[in-house]
Parts: sequence; structure tokens; C-alpha cells
Amino acid sequence: MNYLLRRLATFPLVLLGVSVLVFVAIRMVPGDSITAMLGTEAGLLTPAQRDALAAYFGIDQPWFVQYWRWIGGILRGNFGISVTYGRPVLDVVLERFPLTLELAVLSMIIALAVGMPAGIYAATHSEKPSDLGVRVIAMIGQSTPSFVLGLLIIYTLSAGFGVLPAMGEFAPLWQDPLRNLSQLILPAVTLGFAFAASVTRIARSAMLDVLSDDYVRTARSKGASARSVIWRHALPNALIPVVTLSGIEFGYLLGGAVIVEQIYALPGLGRMVLDAILQRDYALVQGSVLFIAFNFMIVNLLVDLAYVALDPRIRLGEQ
Amino acid sequence: MINLTGRLLSGITLAAMLGIATVSSQAATLHMAWSQDATGLDPHKQTAFSSLRLLELIYEPLVRVDASLRIVPAIATSWEFSKDGKELTFKLDPKAKFQDGAAVTSADVKASFERILDEKTGAAARANFLSIAGIDTPDAATVVFHLSQPDAPILTAMSDVNAAIVPAAEIKAGSIGTKAVGSGPFKLDKWDPNAKEVLSANKDWAGGPTGVDGIEISVLPDEAAILAAMRTKQVDFALLNDPLVATLVPKEASLQLNRVPVLAYHVLQLNPSRKPMTELKVRQAISCAIDRQEVLDTASLGEGKVTGPLTIPALATDPSQLFCYKRDVEKAKALMKEAGLADGFSATVIGATGEPPTAAAEAQVIQSQLAEIGIKLDIKMMELNVYVDAWLKGDFDMAIALNGGRADPYTMYNRYWTKAGNLQKVANYIDDTLDSEMQKGRAETDPEKRKAIFTAFEKHLAEMSPWIWLYTSYSYTAQQKNISGFVPTPTGTLFSLSKVTIQ
Repeated sequence: MNYLLRRLATFPLVLLGVSVLVFVAIRMVPGDSITAMLGTEAGLLTPAQRDALAAYFGIDQPWFVQYWRWIGGILRGNFGISVTYGRPVLDVVLERFPLTLELAVLSMIIALAVGMPAGIYAATHSEKPSDLGVRVIAMIGQSTPSFVLGLLIIYTLSAGFGVLPAMGEFAPLWQDPLRNLSQLILPAVTLGFAFAASVTRIARSAMLDVLSDDYVRTARSKGASARSVIWRHALPNALIPVVTLSGIEFGYLLGGAVIVEQIYALPGLGRMVLDAILQRDYALVQGSVLFIAFNFMIVNLLVDLAYVALDPRIRLGEQ
Repeated sequence: MINLTGRLLSGITLAAMLGIATVSSQAATLHMAWSQDATGLDPHKQTAFSSLRLLELIYEPLVRVDASLRIVPAIATSWEFSKDGKELTFKLDPKAKFQDGAAVTSADVKASFERILDEKTGAAARANFLSIAGIDTPDAATVVFHLSQPDAPILTAMSDVNAAIVPAAEIKAGSIGTKAVGSGPFKLDKWDPNAKEVLSANKDWAGGPTGVDGIEISVLPDEAAILAAMRTKQVDFALLNDPLVATLVPKEASLQLNRVPVLAYHVLQLNPSRKPMTELKVRQAISCAIDRQEVLDTASLGEGKVTGPLTIPALATDPSQLFCYKRDVEKAKALMKEAGLADGFSATVIGATGEPPTAAAEAQVIQSQLAEIGIKLDIKMMELNVYVDAWLKGDFDMAIALNGGRADPYTMYNRYWTKAGNLQKVANYIDDTLDSEMQKGRAETDPEKRKAIFTAFEKHLAEMSPWIWLYTSYSYTAQQKNISGFVPTPTGTLFSLSKVTIQ
């Protein structure tokens, strides 16, 4: 409990650091909200016009005033207004987040459902042709960029079969579960393919390590069945690196799968952040990056807690 | 046969699994897609291509230009310049109504132009209307613009959606940009930025009934995905930018590609304020060393036409009449030698990633062509905003650009090639001939005399070679073959979607 409280106490400090980084980074990039809106036509503005637009976008004050206003707003629960959407940042972010969360969960389910059995199978058939086959497929999975796989799937379905999931307007899970699933399954497969390949490789190597441990040999010599050795004795220990990998990957996915969301035209968090950066929607970029950082910290914390559940020898926070 | 049946069955199974209908569900709604969304709803502030295309379906200016670039009525039914060219009078359409039911009156026109001219608005198009000295409204259907000097191009500038007429009441309420109330053929029912727009027909539109009940625009950022969605009939009509994708459309039996040469031009901008581009001979050498047709063929699959500075068909000079439009490497080398640069020099060319999609390929072809006369080009591709920032500061040796065109040469080029041009800092070159031809062209109203003035302007500009004009490309739209009535135009407007029908 102490460990949990101590970790939670570090959250505000980390978020403060992230807030400074994102605030400075987005302002260091050349161009601003005015050039993002007007493009080269911004050159036609008189200084007075430029000042008026700068005031409209809230970039007329010195940076420390802008930062202070932003942080002050956050402490009062106000993350600012997105100039693109004309709505509070938090509303826009929370509207996009369920899709991203659902996509991340689906991808992880696919990755674990495919990657774990494949990894265990490869480890228990080590150096046999089937092991080699699994390793080759895993390597292909890891080295195929998601945009290649995504476009390949879209092209094959549309040109070969004349079908595609509805693109453009997204149906939330609670409104139309079937349509929602039909829209997310292909992006989840695209993301899950590479994720599954990583899980396969990690699971295989972790299982190989564990299977050569003394306690596994002891279990075998005491007459435990092969199934029991793998599932009861070896697997719980082999899971730790898989949990670490899955946690990190899941944390990344919660930040939005930009490329997959672009290809499948999904209005998720990743695409929203990308558009916000391109349109120099400062409030939206800052608010969403803080939100993503917070999610990442939560996932990291959960992963650490999962270690304890998997291996009672680990005591978090003890010297 | 077995294979075909198998594919069909697999397709049906997949369709069932994915929960997809393979035919358009609503015949009266046009399902449209584009890769870049509008960036805002204020017609006086927006300049992005997609914003203008959306807003011209909702708002109307006083006049429009048609597919032949002639001025035709919009809110105004007629217009007339006074004999001295210093008064422009419009008669408004008595049937014109805003989407909230209020009539469009001269007071709305006056308030709209006052808003554009007010520096606090931040309207980029203000620069085109600086000759307006006053606006009179003798009655509700008449507007008189008093001009400080004869200004023939102002009428073309008024045809732009950046000069749209908005309700005076909305200006007063400060709701322009948050609420879209125009007098155009469609009403905006919903806008989810970067995802979707829903438009419904404006039953009170003075232009008569629209051909469809509404338009649903989806933002599909990847154009290959747009094509895939058209194959499966999820999308009826799409705007395409990438020639690589557009040229695949005719291969689909159910789809039709519309393409029309546009006014925008691809150009290699030199920076004549930086050495050695300060030297006329060096700029001319670059012009002679570039094979424009090869740039077009390689970067854009030949989808376009080599152009001089003027891209307006009625005014454009045959490129073969312009300085060094036939590649002449020997002449280029001789010019470099005369400039004392026989061994060449190094320079950097900037370009925006994906804007246009051909930018990187154009830079690469030019790099290899200029290498033949000893010029070593370093290509620097940038994110669009970073590029715009550098471009506006004139912070480049050379820049690959796709610059917008206008239906009038003065409006198109006064920003660059006049002494008081707002973008002189970008062009970095001006001389007396260019400035005086532009001023003459601004005041002249006789079409033949204007053509002679701008021909002289174009020839001189090509010879001075501050920029190397390359080619004009096409604007592409793709549609299902059961859609009819769309008229593609050189300005790229989608206004004729107001009259499309779905069979």
C-alpha cells in the first residue's frame, strides 16, 4: 500500500515535467496557429491583422504567461479550448479515447491469444521445423510495417472481394456493437499482427529459459505430466517478461496508433493528436499529451503490481 | 468458374462478417470523401483548399466564375462599373435568403465587406479590396462600391468565397466561424473536424432546388483508402490530390475520373536576394537547364501541362514563345561561365512533405538536371507549417512550391510582382517593367488591351527568371458512374455539386 501511495505521489511531478516539455516542444517547432490556418496567405496579413489573430489564438502573450494560464486552468479542471473543435480540450479527448482504448484492448487480446500459444509451442518444439516456422512468421510479423499490412488488407478486401468495413463515421460500442466490431477488427488485426509477433518471440525465449531451470527438471523427475509442467510450473514464471512487453506496448497503443488510425480513417486519439500538431492547436496538443502520459503511468503501475501477483518473491518498494 | 464462385461466396461471407452493405444506402444523399478536412468555418478567414470547397457550398459571394472563368451572377443579378471605373454597382437577387430565413440585403453586403476590411478580422483577402473607399446602400437591393482608383480585378476577387456575404446580425453577434449561416445551396448540419461533415439541402436557395437532399463528407486521410471505399460503393464522389491514385481510377469499371487543368502552378522559386541567384545569368542558366516536360513526366506521370507564369487559358502565352522553355544545356553552361561560375555552386532546395504529393519527386528530377551544369542541390523536405514559416520569411535558396492561381492575373500576382506586393519578401525580385505592367493591367478594362499588357508582363517575367515555372496539374475528382451533373472547373470549385443527381 505504501508503495502504491508513493508511486501515486510521483504522478503530479512527472506530469509537471511532461507539461513543460510538451509546452516548450510544440512552440519550438517553426510555424504557429496563424500559418497553420492561412498557409502562405498569412503573408498577406498586416501587422495589425496578425496581432488580432494572435490574440484570437491566445498566442499574443509571452510564453510564461501562456504557460501559467494553462497550468492554472488545469488546476481548476479546465484544460483549455481547442481552436479546431471550438470545444473544451478534455471533452474532445474523452470523446476520442474510448475508440483508442477499445482498439488497444482488441489488439492486445489478438496478440496474446495468438502470441502466447505460438511462443509456448515453439519453445516446447525447440529447434524442430515447426519451431523454425513459428520463428520465421514472427520475424515477418515484426518486420512488416503496419501501413503496408493495413493497405494490403484494404486493397485485398476492396479489389478482391468488393467489401470493406464502413469508413469515415465510427459507431461506438454502446450504440452499435456489431458495426463497431466490424470497424475495429481489421485495424486490431493490423496492430495485433506485429504485437503478436513480439509476444511470440518473448514467450518462446522466456519459456526456453524456464524449462531449463532446476525446479522444472525436479517437477519432471517427480513424474509431473508435460502439460502440468508447462502450464502449472513453467508458464507463471515465463509470463513476467510477456507482461512487461505487453504493458509497454499497451501503454504506447493508448497514445493512439497514428498510422493505423490514418489508414482506416478511425477518429482515435492518435489521429487527433497528429491533426492537432499539424494545425498547431496548442491547447489540444498539450492536453492530449498530458492525458496520454497519465495513461502510460497508470499502465506502468499496473504492470508493476502484476509482477507481485505473478511472483510472490517480488516485494515492491522494499530495499 | 469455380474460382469466380468461390470468390463471390468468400466476398459475401466477408461482407456478412464485417456487417457491410455493398450498395449505397440512400440514393438522395451524396456520400463524398476527401483526405484533408476544412480547418474552420469563417469564410473570411479560411484559405485552406478544403475549407474553401466546403464553405462555397454553404456561403455565396456577390458573383461567381464559371467553368470558362467568366463572371456570372450569384447573390448579385447584375453589376456595372461607372465610366471612370471608380464606382461598382450591384443589384441583388430579391430571392436571395440566408439559411435562417432572413433576406440578403445591401446592409449584409456592406457589413460583410466592412468586416473583411477591418484589420481586427484578420481576413487575408483584405489585400484585394484596399481600393474600396466607401460603400453606399441606396436601397435594400442595391450596393455601390466607391473605389479610390480604377480596379478591374476587384470583380474577380469578389467571386471568391473569401468575399462571401454573411448576415449582418451574425457579425454583430460575433458568431461568424462558430455558426455557419450562409445563403448557399446547402446548410451545415454537423461538423466533426477531421472526421465528417453533414450538409442538407437549403430548400430556400435562390438558385433553385438542389439535385440531392444532402451531402455527407467523410475525411479519409489515405487516398488509397478513398479509392478502396469507392470500389465498395461506400463513397459516391471524392476529391483526389495524388496523381498516382487518380490514374488508378479509370481502371475501375464503375468509376469515372474527372480531371481539368487548374490555375495553380508548380514552380521552382529561386531566391534572387541570395548569391549567386542575384545574377540574372545564373537564374537564366537554371531556367535553360531544366527540362520542364521531364519534371512533369517523372514527378506527375505526365498529368499536366508545361506552363509559363500565366495559367489562365484566355491569357496564357504558348510556352514555346517564352525564354528557354526548350531545354538547352549548352546555353546554360555558357551562361554559367559568363557569370564566372563555370564550376557550378551548391544550394539548398526546400519542399513541403506531401504538399503537393509530387514535391519530393520534382526536387529530385531538378536536382539531377541541375547537376549537369555543376549545381549541387541539397533537398530539404519539411512539414508543411515549417515550410510555410521558412517560405514566408524568404529563408531559402530555392523552393519547390505549388502556388494557387486566380482567375485574374493581377489578383494572382500583385502580391509578388509589384513594388508594394505583400509577398515581395518571398519573391525578392521586382523591376520597373513588372510593376508598371501590373499597374496598367489593374486599371485597364478592355479585354484585348489587358491581354497585350499581361503577355508583355509574362514574357518579361520568364526572361528575368526569378522563378522557374514548371507545369500546371489537374484537379481530380472521382465519381461513381451513376452520378451526373458535376462540372469540373479550373478553380477546383465543387459548387456544381449543388446540381448533381444520383441515378
